[in-house]
Amino acid sequence: MTTTIPQPTASTSSDVRINNFALKLANVNGTGSASANSLLMQAIFRMGIPVSGKNLFPSNIQGLPTWYEIRVNKSGYTARAMDYDLMVAMNSQTYADDIKEVATGGYVLYDSSWPLDSYLLRDDVTFLGVPLAKMCLENFTSSRERVLMKNIAYAGALVALLDLDLEVIATLLTESYSRNEKLLASNQKALRLGYDYAMENFDCPLEFHVAPMDETSHSILIDGNTASALGCLYAGATVAGWYPITPATALMDNFTALCAKYRREPVDSAVPGAPDSIQNNYLILQAEDEIAAIGMVLGASWSGARAFTSTSGPGISLMGELLGLAYYTEIPAVIFDVQRTGPSTGMPTRTQQADILLCAYASHGDTKHILLFPANPHECFEFAVDSFDIAERFQTPVFVLSDLDIGMNDWVVPELTWDDDFVPDRGRVLNDEDLAGIAEFFRYTNEDADFVTPRTVPGSIEKGAYFIRGSGHDKFGKYTEVPAEYQEVVDRLKKKHAASAHSVPAPIEVRRPDAHVGIITLGSCDLAVREAIDDLAERGIVADYMRVRGFPFVDSVRQFVKDHEHCFVVEQNRDAQLRSLIAIETEIDINQMHPVLHYGGFPLSASQVVDAVTDTLEVTS
Amino acid sequence: MSTPTKPLIPLAVLPKNELGLTVRDYEGAMSTLCAGCGHDSVTAAITQMYFELSMPPHMIAKLSGIGCSSKTPTYFVRGAHGFNSAHGRMATIATGANAANRELSYIGISGDGDSLSIGIGHLSHLMRRNVNMVYVLENNGVYGLTKGQFSASADIGSRSKRGVSNVVAPIDPIMLGLSMGATFLARSFSGDKEQLIPLLKAAVAHKGMALIDVISPCVTFNDHEGSTKSYRFMREHEVKEIETDFVPWQQEISMPHHKDDAREIIMHDGSAVRFRSVPEGYDPRDRQKVEEYIRERHERGEIATGLLYVNEDSSDVHEMNNTPETALSKVPFSKLCPGSGALAKLQEDFR
Repeated sequence: MTTTIPQPTASTSSDVRINNFALKLANVNGTGSASANSLLMQAIFRMGIPVSGKNLFPSNIQGLPTWYEIRVNKSGYTARAMDYDLMVAMNSQTYADDIKEVATGGYVLYDSSWPLDSYLLRDDVTFLGVPLAKMCLENFTSSRERVLMKNIAYAGALVALLDLDLEVIATLLTESYSRNEKLLASNQKALRLGYDYAMENFDCPLEFHVAPMDETSHSILIDGNTASALGCLYAGATVAGWYPITPATALMDNFTALCAKYRREPVDSAVPGAPDSIQNNYLILQAEDEIAAIGMVLGASWSGARAFTSTSGPGISLMGELLGLAYYTEIPAVIFDVQRTGPSTGMPTRTQQADILLCAYASHGDTKHILLFPANPHECFEFAVDSFDIAERFQTPVFVLSDLDIGMNDWVVPELTWDDDFVPDRGRVLNDEDLAGIAEFFRYTNEDADFVTPRTVPGSIEKGAYFIRGSGHDKFGKYTEVPAEYQEVVDRLKKKHAASAHSVPAPIEVRRPDAHVGIITLGSCDLAVREAIDDLAERGIVADYMRVRGFPFVDSVRQFVKDHEHCFVVEQNRDAQLRSLIAIETEIDINQMHPVLHYGGFPLSASQVVDAVTDTLEVTS
Repeated sequence: MSTPTKPLIPLAVLPKNELGLTVRDYEGAMSTLCAGCGHDSVTAAITQMYFELSMPPHMIAKLSGIGCSSKTPTYFVRGAHGFNSAHGRMATIATGANAANRELSYIGISGDGDSLSIGIGHLSHLMRRNVNMVYVLENNGVYGLTKGQFSASADIGSRSKRGVSNVVAPIDPIMLGLSMGATFLARSFSGDKEQLIPLLKAAVAHKGMALIDVISPCVTFNDHEGSTKSYRFMREHEVKEIETDFVPWQQEISMPHHKDDAREIIMHDGSAVRFRSVPEGYDPRDRQKVEEYIRERHERGEIATGLLYVNEDSSDVHEMNNTPETALSKVPFSKLCPGSGALAKLQEDFR
């Protein structure tokens, strides 16, 4: 499949602050702020302006601090910003830290129902007090509404301050609450309260605000978990085994909802007069643990279905043993790892790219797997479809390494497209007719140019029956403890893995004339790194860009490192895992790559890359 | 070392089944287990059972985990598709395989280590999901391949070959099954083919997960004085609770009329299991009484065998999930992929 990567576009506005700012909303989780925050983000998207919304939330249901960041950028740079022009401070527990984070010259919007402690005040920012609690107390009667509507009220104030299109907001509210007129009326009222207060009391709009553009008309707002689930639906997956885990749960929730919508087939009753029934062309099994989840996937794939599981790091750890079984017995499997912050339980609601080495070599013994690294939800969809083809073509597990930032945040990405001529690549599977045409079938003989041998599925005629085993086996599939027979099989597996390099998505490479610096990255670092490369260019540092999208690596990865005097590898983990993997697998000297590491759990921002690159170059020059 | 092949020279003209196959066609590779191993008797019973049922070999899928018991699927029905998986994980693989293709006859062979220790979680959930398969637990109370450690089914006071007494309470898979909502629970003894074969046939006919706990003595590590899973102990303590006979539906009419005190349970495919209760009023459909009875017997030091519990009314995993009657793996791609039009339309929700 072809991939369309969202590309930043040139600025068309003369005013640098229009459609170029960031705000942060500090809330208490469980108070209903999420819908107000995403309403704002969605409205900006509908006004045609590139935008991102990042939810920085706790591993908790109610009462802890949670933040939502919105970055508006007409050029399409929507990686996490760390300079906030406006802070909506709704959480008194975190007032002090939140207020400190506002950029000089910025604003703090707070609930002025109660006075702000004087120690919190700053001379270089403007405080915008809106009596949110007070106005909700006066205008709403139920205690629940008095809490919930404060959020919509501050959203109303922001509509005025940022010049958001009131009609767009009204339409979004109507869409959201079309089934609950009372709630719609309350929302409209609360929005108006905040809006009117801001219009009357502040100089609206602020110097930074939005202005309609036409940059998102062919884009959608979607999170990676939904997009991955859609990919599985379109790839024709019928069996899924899974165990609930943050941040991967929504992937299977979405797949379940999509199957309920698109995979329920009416069946005419065989008995005249009896009612017609519905059959489900899918079977989703909530397993007892991740071991069972991957076991189910292997059983189903062995039997000829397209099957997958979705999990996060702790799940991969548990699946280790059976992933080795799949590798050695050559059973296709698709595993989505929506990475979160490790080690151990780590920080389940924070993002990281720290499962790269775990997945590349999952399981004991000599094992190597195929990895795909989507950078955004658009690629989640495409790579999900690709992953089933690659898994079946190479008869081995394929990991799709998304992360929490991609999986759980809404991203503006190009519309998803589908080619109705698409035919899934089921790989080399002998049916009964094929078997009839051959003298004898042995599972691990007759390899092709990619070192793949044909398989059969259970139920095929006796000639195709064989005994699949995780114990030592020779190329005929028979048990063996003979060194040469054992080695012959595992040596072919190594070659098969290497051969898959040309079937995984190719790296994206952008070379510039006179570049002496190279930056390699992967996955959700993409936008921050591309923004950083433009920032660096303004400082006179010309850098080439490479984003690896799959493992094993094609030779251009080794070449890229070799071509640059200074090569940086930007990734979100402590141990420079991508850098290690490149060094191990390309046999290039690891010291030819400078690590740029970001692993605190929040998404990467361009300034962190720029700082790391400039610091390193200063030291080495 | 490769597995020795069994010689295929027929000594006499062997009877043929409905498919024109002989019992030899249901055999597998030569067993590499110890001479006299109970598991080999179970293998022989399974071979005979499939032969008598005239099951097409390629329609059988045989699965196992790791351990002596788990080696045995290579020893029967060489024409079946087989999967020797990982320790304790066979139930999960079987669940997935069955999910993808419900048309095959699944049989899982496991042991007490595989099923009651490392794999007890998966066994429990296999019973809850009621995956349509036969699950044979070859139970010898001991870890054979690692040379004689107690397993979780070893009775308190049972002595190991090294002379150590077990002090940890045993797990009875039948009692476990009763609490997990299993729908077919039987116990037998590897030395009793007369009982085992009809039980296996009934298990194949049962729509759902059918567990047969087969006490299968380990001649090398657990057949000595002081063991409660030895041949001698079993012969002295087995109580055949129910005499079981299996009647395939095709043959029902030609069968002699059953005795007055026999009951009959009709399986979902029309076949029947006839059993004669030794204790008066034993009803394998009454879960509560079954539980009480097995416990009582156990307290007396007796091992109740036969078809101990059956429930033919419950749904299997496919019925619970409303899947097609044919294999999910055979649903054509055109029915699975909603196409470009649907994709364009559903993205209206992402604006």
